[in-house]
Amino acid sequence: MAQTLTGRVWREQPQRYRMIANKDTETGEIYFPPRLVAPGNLDATFEEVQLSGSGKVVTFTIIRVAPTPYADLAPYALAVVETEDGVRLTCQLTDLDVDDVKIGMPVQFEFRKLYDDNEASVIYYGYKAVQV
Amino acid sequence: MSVGIVGWGCKLPRNRIKLETIAEVWGADAPSYKKGLLLYEKSVPGPDEDVITLSVIAARRALMRAGIDPEKIGALYIGSESHPYAVKPSGTTVAEAIGAGHDTHCADFEFACKAGSQAMYVAHSLVKAGEMDYAVGIGADTSQGAPGDALEYSASAGAAAFIMGKDKVVATVDFTHSWMSDTPDFWRREYEHYPQHAGRFTGEPAFFRTTMGCANALLEKSGMKPEDFDYCVFHQPNGKFPQRAAKMLGFDVTGDGFKTGWLTPWLGNTYSGASPIGLSAILDVAKPGDKIFMVSYGSGAGSDGFIFTVTDEITALQDKAPHTRPQLDEDKHYLSYGQYAKFRHKILRNS
Repeated sequence: MAQTLTGRVWREQPQRYRMIANKDTETGEIYFPPRLVAPGNLDATFEEVQLSGSGKVVTFTIIRVAPTPYADLAPYALAVVETEDGVRLTCQLTDLDVDDVKIGMPVQFEFRKLYDDNEASVIYYGYKAVQV
Repeated sequence: MSVGIVGWGCKLPRNRIKLETIAEVWGADAPSYKKGLLLYEKSVPGPDEDVITLSVIAARRALMRAGIDPEKIGALYIGSESHPYAVKPSGTTVAEAIGAGHDTHCADFEFACKAGSQAMYVAHSLVKAGEMDYAVGIGADTSQGAPGDALEYSASAGAAAFIMGKDKVVATVDFTHSWMSDTPDFWRREYEHYPQHAGRFTGEPAFFRTTMGCANALLEKSGMKPEDFDYCVFHQPNGKFPQRAAKMLGFDVTGDGFKTGWLTPWLGNTYSGASPIGLSAILDVAKPGDKIFMVSYGSGAGSDGFIFTVTDEITALQDKAPHTRPQLDEDKHYLSYGQYAKFRHKILRNS
């Protein structure tokens, strides 16, 4: 796997670490990850909002043959989670038996190690979801 | 002005391994280990958990209780023996993740198992000195124990975070004391995966001499006696040592005053997190007016001692974040030795 660009991950820290999203000040639409322009409105202005710490599983898949950085985690569930703010995002589910994952299951987000490129690389952190 | 804890939080991993599961692999006699060390099972960090993730969750829970703006945090210290990086602070990631501002003094501490209490000690001292309104001290570890070594039966994982402040204090820090000597009972050299220890030497001249030295000085300084306290908590490398130290000092070890913060038999030794997590479990249930006696221990060797008085503010905050004891008793996931060895990177692989 290619080396992760440390600078890119550093720029994404607010969204990865604290789930900071952008809210269109006119329409109230929340974008996550944050956008620089709104669809169809190049002049939109935004304010930062922190997403709710919980949500529910909209859909999921079980990864049994994982890409290299996640190989030790297999089998794991990758889910689309809808937060209480109505934002949908993709994340891993952790600390559960994959056979217990259900659509509609309430979850909350926890800070976890996402991956590293190798034992000498920077460690990348962010959010995963755990069962409530 | 009273300075003390304004918020506390704890995070324990969900995974456990039973002492019998480890003993079976090495042909050891599980009943004699259980009886000799009072250890039954221990926590194990998941593959996506480390000192940084445990500290972030513990600190967020402390913020849930304190209800303060994280931008007002002036310092953040993490004490650990298992910082994920040899060079790069754990604290900056934790500070960024909890939303502390950039104008923050941040440092990672190391002093074997008392690194967490010294983070608390320095955080408290800075607020008391008037340097800042709030400072965070965290004790966290994903402890190392070599395969087959006695430490493998105890080395576990967990974190506790304490926000020190002077407004709405839930437990005032009334007295502190530190005691240290150059006692090489346990160490880990650069590039070594696992610590070494001096066997039985870790007991009498190391743990007990240091713990008693600090505890007796703290009692003398405060003019208080063991019977004046509602709770006591000590460093707990196994179940037996803290029980014996408490008895030697004259504390009653049969009731909740000792047992509430005595978690090692079911949690294992969380190294820098051990006495801080015990304190967290006590604060979860303490009542206004309660007096708490705490003495940590770190090999090498030193102890930090604190005397706390719980205030009226605590009652409203206790249920604002997950308690410590339910994290220990509920939703446990037991691992096989193979899973444990994989999670703890004890299996040699081509990479």
